[in-house]
Amino acid sequence: MDESVVTPDKTTTYRRRRDGSEATGARRSSKRALGRVPWWFVIPGVASILVLRYLPSIAGGTYAFTDWTGAGLSAHWTGVANFRQVLSDSATGGAVWRTILLAIAFVIVVNVVGIALAVSLRAALRTRTLLRALFFLPFTLSQLATAYIWQFILAYDGPVNALLKAVGLGSLVQTWLSSPIFAILAVLVVLVWQYTGLTMIVYLAGLESISEELDEAASVDGASFGQKFRHVTFPLLAPAMTIAVTLTLIYGLGAFDQIIGLTGGGPVDSTQTLATQVWQQTFVYGKYGEGSALALIFAIVVSVLSLGLMAVLRMREERLQR
Amino acid sequence: MRRYNWKTLSWEIWMIIVALVFCLPFYLLIAVALKSPADLFTTSPSSFPIPPNFANFGVAWQASAGGGLGVALMSSLIITVGTLVVLIVFGSLCAYALARRPGKLSNVLYFLFVLGIIVPFQLSIIPLYVGFRHLGLVGTYLGMIILWVGIGSPMTVFLYTGFVRSLPKDYEEAAKLDGASALRTFWSVVFPLLRPATGTVAILMGLFIWNDFFTSLVFLGGSNHQTLPVVIYSFVGQYVSQWEYVFAAVILAILPVVIFFVIAQRQLIRGFAGGIRG
Repeated sequence: MDESVVTPDKTTTYRRRRDGSEATGARRSSKRALGRVPWWFVIPGVASILVLRYLPSIAGGTYAFTDWTGAGLSAHWTGVANFRQVLSDSATGGAVWRTILLAIAFVIVVNVVGIALAVSLRAALRTRTLLRALFFLPFTLSQLATAYIWQFILAYDGPVNALLKAVGLGSLVQTWLSSPIFAILAVLVVLVWQYTGLTMIVYLAGLESISEELDEAASVDGASFGQKFRHVTFPLLAPAMTIAVTLTLIYGLGAFDQIIGLTGGGPVDSTQTLATQVWQQTFVYGKYGEGSALALIFAIVVSVLSLGLMAVLRMREERLQR
Repeated sequence: MRRYNWKTLSWEIWMIIVALVFCLPFYLLIAVALKSPADLFTTSPSSFPIPPNFANFGVAWQASAGGGLGVALMSSLIITVGTLVVLIVFGSLCAYALARRPGKLSNVLYFLFVLGIIVPFQLSIIPLYVGFRHLGLVGTYLGMIILWVGIGSPMTVFLYTGFVRSLPKDYEEAAKLDGASALRTFWSVVFPLLRPATGTVAILMGLFIWNDFFTSLVFLGGSNHQTLPVVIYSFVGQYVSQWEYVFAAVILAILPVVIFFVIAQRQLIRGFAGGIRG
C-alpha cells in the first residue's frame, strides 16, 4: 500500500543483489518494494469511471424520484410518481415486457444459430476462413446502416414481396413493417443477422479447446454425430456459452439503433423498448424525470438479468466439469 | 487430420449456399445503390442495373446535412482515434497496477470496472448530458471523447487486466533492477508486451465508437460535428424511400470498416476471440 517506502536508493539495492552478500530477508523485502507498481497508476482510469459512470448513474437514479426538468440541479422529491406514470403509460409500460421478451427470443435464436455455424465451420472445409469472415462481417458494420438495408428488404415494393409474387404467394404480400407482430419479428431477424457472427466466433474459440483426440475417440467408439454433439461437444462448450449468452443478452436488452433504423418504434409503439423509450421520453419529449425513471428500470432489468444468468451459467459450467 | 471426401465436399457446397443467402442483403445494397432513380421504379428490386449508375454516390456525398459525408467521416475519425488513445493509456496503466498489486483494494476497484460493463450507461447519460450542456461540451469533439472514455473504460480495463495477469514479471523486474522508474518500466518494457491486448482493445472499442449512434445522436445531433451514423440518420429522413441515394450513403459510410475488415480480418477475428476468452 505504501509506495513511500519504495527504494530510497536503487543503486545500492542493485549492487547488493549482484554480490549476493546481503542478508536474504532484507534483500527480499527491498526487492519486493522495488518491484511494486505505484498506486497512482490507477488514478486516471478509476477517476474516469467514478466521475463519468458512477457519479452520473447515482445522480440519474436519484433524479428518477423527482420532478427534474433538466434545466439545472434543482428538483422536488416526488417519490414513485414518475414510475407510476411510466408504468401506466401504454407505450412505456409495454416496453418493459417487450424488452425482456425480445431479448430472450434473441438470445435463444442467436446462440442456436451461432453454435450450428461454429460446428459446421469447424469441419475441414477449404473455404472455411472465407465463410467465417462472411458470417462475421455484419457484426462489424453500423447497426443503423444495417437496419436501413432491412427496411428496404421488407418494404412494400421490396424484394421479399417481389419474391412472394414470383413464387405465386402474392396473397401474402403486405407492408411487413406496418404490422405490429411482423415489425417486432423483423427487429429480431435483423438482430440475429447482425450478431450471429459474434456468437459463431465465441463458440469456434470454445471448440478449439476441445481436443481432436476426444472427438475421434468418440467416433471410434461408434458415436453418431448427434450423440457426439450431445455428450462431448455441447457440455464442453459451457464456458463459451456463458460468454456468448451474457454478451448477447446485454446487446439484446439494449437494442436501440436497429429499432430506430427499422421501425422508429412503430407501428403504434409496438416495437418500443426501454432503450428507445429512455431516449424518446428524455431527449425528444424533454421529460427528464420520467426518462430517468425509465433509465433506472432499464439499468435494474439489465443488471439483474445478466448477473443472474451469469451466475446460473457459471454453476452449470462447474457441474459439467465435474 | 480428417480426410477430405465427398461428404466434406457436399457439406462445403451446402455451407457456401447458406453463406450466399446470408450475404444477400449486401448484394441488394450494392445493386440498389447503382440504380438510376428511374430504374428503381421500373425494374425488379433484386435485379442488377446494367449499366451501373455511379451518380448516386455524388448526391450522397454532398447532399447530406451537417456539411456532408466528408465532414462526418472526419468527425468519426477524430472521435474514434482520440478516445482510443486516452482509453489505451488510462486503461493499460490502471490494469497494470490492478494486476500487479493484488489485494482487497485492487479487487474492489476491479469489481467497479466489471460492474461498469454490465450496468447500462444509459442511466448516466441524462445527468451527463445536462452537465455537459452546462460546460459547453455538447456538440464538441472533446465532449464526445470524454463521454466515450467513461463508457469504454470498464471493457478496456477488463481486457487489459486479464492479459497482464498472464504476463510473466521477469522483464519488468529486470528493468527495475537496472534502476528504471516505475513509469519508465511501464512505458518501455510492459506496454510493448501488451500489444496483443492493445490490438483487441483498439479493434473492439474502435468498432463500438465508430458505429455508435445513440450517444452521437444525443450529444452531436444538429451540430456541425456529427458522426457518420447521425448524418446517415438525417439523410434518410431527408430522402425517405429514395433507396438509391440512401444505399449509396450507407455504402460510403460502411466502406472504411469494410476495407479495414478485408485487410485485417484474420487478426480482427483472432484478436476478438482471444480478447473475449481472456
